[in-house]
Amino acid sequence: MERSQFTRQAANMRKTLFEQGYLDDQFIQLEELQDDANPEFVEEVVKLFYSDSARFIRNLESSMEKNTLDFDKLDDLMHQFKGSSSGIGAKKVKKECSQFQDYCKARNAEGCIRTFQQVKQEYATLKRKLETYFQLTRQES
Amino acid sequence: MEVSGYPSPRTDAFPAGLRVLVVDDDPTWLKILEKMLKKCSYEVTTCGLAREALDLLRERKDGFDIVISDVNMPDMDGFKLLEHVGLEMDLPVIMMSVDGETSRVMKGVQHGACDYLLKPIRMKELRNIWQHVFRKRIHEVKEIENHEGFEEIQFMRNVCDQSEDRMFSSANDLASGKKRKDYENKHDDRECSDSSSVKKTRVVWTVDLHQKFVKAVNQIGFEKVGPKKILDLMGVPWLTRENVASHLQKYRLYLTRLQKEKELTASFGVMKHSDISSKEQNGNHCLQSSVNMQQTNGSCGISGNKTAMQNIDFEIHEGDLKSLVKVPMVDANNGLGGDNTDSQRGRRMNADHSFRKLDSDVKYATTIPEQYMWSAEGSEVQANQERKQPFRPKPGFNPMPLPSLHQNIQFDCVRPTPSFVSKPSNIHNDKLGGSEKKTIFVKSVSHGNMVDLLPVQPQSELTATTSQEVLKPDPSSIVWSTKNQRAADQIFASNMESAQRSIDLVGGWGLATWEENQQGCLIEADIHRLTQGLENIESFSYNEAGIISEASSYLYDSLKFDYEMPLEPMEYSVIDKGLFIV
Repeated sequence: MERSQFTRQAANMRKTLFEQGYLDDQFIQLEELQDDANPEFVEEVVKLFYSDSARFIRNLESSMEKNTLDFDKLDDLMHQFKGSSSGIGAKKVKKECSQFQDYCKARNAEGCIRTFQQVKQEYATLKRKLETYFQLTRQES
Repeated sequence: MEVSGYPSPRTDAFPAGLRVLVVDDDPTWLKILEKMLKKCSYEVTTCGLAREALDLLRERKDGFDIVISDVNMPDMDGFKLLEHVGLEMDLPVIMMSVDGETSRVMKGVQHGACDYLLKPIRMKELRNIWQHVFRKRIHEVKEIENHEGFEEIQFMRNVCDQSEDRMFSSANDLASGKKRKDYENKHDDRECSDSSSVKKTRVVWTVDLHQKFVKAVNQIGFEKVGPKKILDLMGVPWLTRENVASHLQKYRLYLTRLQKEKELTASFGVMKHSDISSKEQNGNHCLQSSVNMQQTNGSCGISGNKTAMQNIDFEIHEGDLKSLVKVPMVDANNGLGGDNTDSQRGRRMNADHSFRKLDSDVKYATTIPEQYMWSAEGSEVQANQERKQPFRPKPGFNPMPLPSLHQNIQFDCVRPTPSFVSKPSNIHNDKLGGSEKKTIFVKSVSHGNMVDLLPVQPQSELTATTSQEVLKPDPSSIVWSTKNQRAADQIFASNMESAQRSIDLVGGWGLATWEENQQGCLIEADIHRLTQGLENIESFSYNEAGIISEASSYLYDSLKFDYEMPLEPMEYSVIDKGLFIV
């Protein structure tokens, strides 16, 4: 993205997102892919991520509602979610996903439930921040 | 799945314009990868489902240069897709996953992946994927260059590229068969152009070649094999070490798969399409190996038969199975050349031995058992075996894939049995006087539907004639009788005329033996199997190239008689004619 299009706010926010570990290098990769042919590439990908994530979370929630947790299934679902998160560089979300998967492998139901809450939280936070960020980038400098 | 239009032939300078197929169920990654690859100036086609990807690949046989696929996909295991692609289309495949565990990566490599990328994937990693395409090309060109003549290459290629083709009853027919890689052919101007061209040439592993290969492998000892040793033993001047190495890899995969299948409980009528990796080469190999076995074994037993028998007798108990095996053996002997009882006995013993041997051999065999959806009737038949009743159920006909077969035989006979299932059984019934319909249990499984084979009659005419012509084996060696033909016909009846042709070849053998008192039941069985396999192969128009190959391999197995002379020439001819369905 051309720096000139960034408001100072947007630039700052972006910097913060990286510094605070919400995003990692993959996000930069996406930015580098953005070009004249796809001027809003990053945002498009992130939007895809939102819809994928919503689906994953829904599936996970319904699976978690059961009395006995199917750990393998949960592991698999979370694996997919993790893959998706890695696409946009959602660092914290990815970390929580891994944690969840560890609990699945350990067959630790309580750990899973707890971590799942954290996954959702991190995801919600990131989504909020990114939405703000993109709004800022759309502002004329 | 988005398809960016039929990929046009590459006109840009390599690697620009590389035609990549990306398969991933994650839409986010699909979009990212598409963009990344486009930035590398590649032509990208994306696909969200493995099955769709396979269909697409089969549709556009030469439409892609490389495939990138995720490991975890909902409809099909990424590794399976990888196998399919490697065998059917022989394209380089790159695996991707978020999971970078060593075991996973190793699995990828074992299944033939040329690379394994970890997500998140960087663009620079994608930039270099062309090297895999280039490498393959160079090897192919080298192989071709070493080859004796273009025609030969062409022939071999045709032979191998028959995953979805009908079976060719003769080498000539092969040439007319659909070439797997039209693209290659297009560029293949009887000269090896520079390696950077689009031309792709491959060594075609013919039955003969594969036989040599397997023979060499067995001589060395499977655990100790190495491409160099095999190459030396094979004594094929134009073959390179690389050819052998890649072939060995596929062979190993095939064996592993067979091993797994062996452990499966027979589920009749369940075609494992996915499992049947249409590995043409594998199929061929199997067949070839069977044939090879034949030679090397030297025991009377028709190893192929045995396996067939074994397979067929799914429901037969081990003991029964053995008896069955024996019977065929004897019969086979009789059928072959009217051996005297002594020899028969001797053969019988051999059969036992070979039977065992078969087991191991069978491993390579195509997964026949799966295909045969034999009904349980076989067991009854088996009981009769001892009484030398015609093997109806058993003979290698696919129809009788008794569950026990599974146990004993790791056939990897052609799984795709839909069509062929029907045939053998019919034949048997006819032959046996239809006393035991059970034999025909072969249910043709067309895409999962099992059709009872019994009624195969009608087509017998067709096959009869063809098979007669084709099969007419040397009477002294193989008793190809019209009866056999009929039986074979029945088998074919199920659908494929062309299959029939080939099958007849096979069936002719087997059938003939039947008539004579179970003679050559094994043979028949094998033949049937073969035919079935062949048929199946033919009927496998549904993209189950792997199946076909399996079938062929299966067939080969059947052919793997331990018969000496009389059979050999025939077998091979039959094999050549019919087996290369792939």
